[in-house]
Amino acid sequence: MGVSVMTGRVHVTATINGEPRDFLCEPRQSLLEVLRDGLSLTGAKEGCNNGNCGACNVIMDGRLVNSCLVLGVEAQSCAITTIEGLGTPDGLHPLQQKFLEHAALQCGVCTPGFIVSAKALLDARPNPSEHEIRWWLAGNLCRCTGYDKIVRAVQDAAATLRGAR
Amino acid sequence: MRVISYAVPATVDGAVAILAEHGPRARILAGGTDLIVQVRENLRDCDVFVDVKHVPALTTIELTADGSMVLGAAVPCYQIYRDDRIRALFPALVDSASIIGGTAIQGRASIGGNLCNSGPAADSIPTLIVYSVVCDIVGPQGRRRVAVEDFSTAPGRNVLAPDELLVSLTFPAQPAQAGAHYLRFIPRDEMDIAEVGVAAQVVLNGDTIKSGRIALGAVAPTPLFVPAATLAMAGMPAVEAAYEHAAVEAQLAAKPITDMRGTVEHRKHLVGVLTKRALRRAVERAKGA
Repeated sequence: MGVSVMTGRVHVTATINGEPRDFLCEPRQSLLEVLRDGLSLTGAKEGCNNGNCGACNVIMDGRLVNSCLVLGVEAQSCAITTIEGLGTPDGLHPLQQKFLEHAALQCGVCTPGFIVSAKALLDARPNPSEHEIRWWLAGNLCRCTGYDKIVRAVQDAAATLRGAR
Repeated sequence: MRVISYAVPATVDGAVAILAEHGPRARILAGGTDLIVQVRENLRDCDVFVDVKHVPALTTIELTADGSMVLGAAVPCYQIYRDDRIRALFPALVDSASIIGGTAIQGRASIGGNLCNSGPAADSIPTLIVYSVVCDIVGPQGRRRVAVEDFSTAPGRNVLAPDELLVSLTFPAQPAQAGAHYLRFIPRDEMDIAEVGVAAQVVLNGDTIKSGRIALGAVAPTPLFVPAATLAMAGMPAVEAAYEHAAVEAQLAAKPITDMRGTVEHRKHLVGVLTKRALRRAVERAKGA
């Protein structure tokens, strides 16, 4: 059928945080490995590496995914948003600002995943209920905060973003 | 560390050719939420990832005017629960797709993948059974169709030969006054594996149950169709007594084990409770609620 089977290092082109990027990766490597080790985008964290904790979450073509459960080669022609694409040190995204104001983090390892997941939620639903927030973020685990401050920060950021519209 | 290759066929025949060439160590990659973990943890041998997400037959949802649906095997859960047409026609499928993993898993995981992974507690398979879904399978010998209740054969095993591919799932049109529901019991609110899952489907004739189907998850080596529940309900008024009859048959059919998620006794109890709850909601939906 003439289908090529790619072995060794594969050349991949993708749009990452709005910029065209290309990289080489082996088919066995996860998108998370590529982001962190290849592209030095170390915001996404490796927590469980099996899809339970959400610390590596990124937005891929508009949908939230665990980057540890995506192969780097699958990113070909995709648009990926990582935590690095949300704000800058001088211009924080409202979610980042509200996480700071509400002290919605302690150790911080889960925070990039929570903020990326919350961004995907607010992109889809600008005015989520507390239940919707908790349900959407069920795949993000935090062992420090008890979640309450995280939920409040997301609610507050949602209000800010609605006001800016 | 073994080298793994990657192939992106554009057609069903292209995918089957790769499976035929590379044998059982070529693995179909749809959402990857099971496969990538299994390969990483050395639970499954894999020499080639065969990414089928560029094969149109596996990624499309085809709804026909008569109300039937052909669901591509690699369509991810999030695409199912945000589709208003599926919500209206096959709401129990939306019930399942909404609780498989969390949001990020649902962005990738497919119903076809959930079926092919063939877990006893898979949240979609009881739903597929009560909707009388037919699996469309293609291999080197051509096409064959398998009723979904015959697909899983043991935990993690199914009727697919190593060179066969699940292409799509055909949902027959639901009759008028039909309703269905899937629910499960887990110890927390979300993101867990079912201790028991139950799908129910009913077709009403006024206030009478014309026919119904019950299927169970996590109480046998494979998801379980309970034909005796169909017989127990047929012709009865759609009230508690009928649900009670069906629940007793479901409990008799269940062959659970005791494990980390629950005991035999608790699972049997849950089968009864959840069968009645699933039927109540299915009847509400059949009445348009």
